[in-house]
Amino acid sequence: MTGLVFEAAAPARAGRRPQRVRRARLWWLVPPVVVLLGFFGYPLVLVAVQSFTSKSGALTLSVWGDVLGSAEFRDAAWQTVLLALGSTAGCLLLGTFLALAVAFVPFPGARALARLVDTLPAFPSFLIALAFTFLYGSAGVFGAGGFLYSPWGVLLAEVTFYTPFVMRPALAAFGQVPAAQLEVAASLGARPGRVLRQVVLPEALPSLASGACLVLLLTMNEFGIVLFLGAKGVTTLPMLVYGKAIVTFDFPAASVVAMVDVVLSLVLYAGYRRAVASVGGGRRAAVDKA
Amino acid sequence: MLLWTRRSRVVLWLVAGVVFTVVVAAPLVMIVLASFAGHWTGVLPGGFTAAHYVDALSGDTFASLSVSVQTGVIASAAAVLLGTWAALAADGAPSRVRQAVGTLFHLPIAVPSVVLGLALLVAFSRPPLALNGTRWIVMAAHLMLLLPFAYSTVSAALARVDPLLAQAAASLGARPARVLLRVRIPVLLPAMSASASLALAMSMGELGATMMLYPPDWRTLPASVFALTDRGQVFLASASTVVLLVVTLAGVVLLGLVRGRGADR
Repeated sequence: MTGLVFEAAAPARAGRRPQRVRRARLWWLVPPVVVLLGFFGYPLVLVAVQSFTSKSGALTLSVWGDVLGSAEFRDAAWQTVLLALGSTAGCLLLGTFLALAVAFVPFPGARALARLVDTLPAFPSFLIALAFTFLYGSAGVFGAGGFLYSPWGVLLAEVTFYTPFVMRPALAAFGQVPAAQLEVAASLGARPGRVLRQVVLPEALPSLASGACLVLLLTMNEFGIVLFLGAKGVTTLPMLVYGKAIVTFDFPAASVVAMVDVVLSLVLYAGYRRAVASVGGGRRAAVDKA
Repeated sequence: MLLWTRRSRVVLWLVAGVVFTVVVAAPLVMIVLASFAGHWTGVLPGGFTAAHYVDALSGDTFASLSVSVQTGVIASAAAVLLGTWAALAADGAPSRVRQAVGTLFHLPIAVPSVVLGLALLVAFSRPPLALNGTRWIVMAAHLMLLLPFAYSTVSAALARVDPLLAQAAASLGARPARVLLRVRIPVLLPAMSASASLALAMSMGELGATMMLYPPDWRTLPASVFALTDRGQVFLASASTVVLLVVTLAGVVLLGLVRGRGADR
């Protein structure tokens, strides 16, 4: 309501204010934008330039050809995508299940648990990897030596760490489903499975989608877990960038991998923003109807 | 609400409890157990000792802790300051400018931290700004990684603030600087403190960009933990990780207290 009033009032206010003042206020944007461009835009442009530069400094496409053609790069790209998709699917299943249990079958301490889940994403991801070496390492609780350093170990670690990122939006969405709707559905004879499928999940779908997109983006770019598990057979794109730049000092090749990684991430990020926007739109529509 | 019989609820709780224990609780318990372990050859560790904490709080690891805290405090303060500044400056701008600024300030989220590290390495190993090898390059990386979160938290809070507040102050004759300091910033304090705690936690645990950039005399605690595990000193690594978590939580709680006071005003 107040929003509407201000949208209507805004043009009048702008009209009365001298153009000069509004221009002057825009100058305040310059310092933060300069910092961002200086430490983010400019370096990324240089990486792009570097990827087209041979070691002797000449402009060339050969680095791109060499890297994209190499089996090492294709394996890493393939493994990155597979790991990210697998982790996202795992997080989605696990996060939805746990959120359902917390939201709809409440038990004493559920709220405290939800708050704990809120704080988990603030932990560093390498913590999980370190813990896994004790849990599943050769001399660990579930001593299963080989498993930890296979792609499955990395997958399980990523699912463990990123599940809260799905749980949070899922809990928020489930919290908005009115209890009365569930009771009506149940009183009309729908079994829990049907209530879940036809009442709860459709409501929560946009939130789950935005959580899944975020997890996909974060697992594509995950570095700490892969680095710590030191999985010999597992090289992801961020690990390849690190290896090329820090271990072999091959900056042009590292830049090529980095550019590919950035493009992949940007595409995923655009998808995430779209999913978030649809959550916001859906919620507003629901409020309007009410 | 969803399950109506007592038996089905108990079954669900049991399954959820087991999953939660294995997925969330077990890793944390393992780290804490390992940080006290003297040896770990069987299923569970033995020979419990506090010696690893003594080690973690002295020498190299303590220096790393101090580096992490300094980097975290400086980078998150800078990120909150810059993010708030950008959000406030964009607030009065035409909507097209505001959208462009929003997109621009969110972009660093979409770039992998390792790639950001590489980019800073490439850009600042040469003139005009040869920051490589100094602590400032690490702080610049952390600042860029935290900035999107600071900006989005503050600008979301700003969108909910009633613009009448600032207009009322201005109509009563307060100059723009006074309106900013006495009205617009105080109502944003809770959001600024929330974004500061998020930024602090992220900076303290940051690994990707730091691994690409850190000079020998500015190694953060996560980088040290990696070096320790790489050398096989896993118990000291666990103790250092617990110390890192405790210090981070203390910082977050401290910032939460500030937020509580800000909300009381």
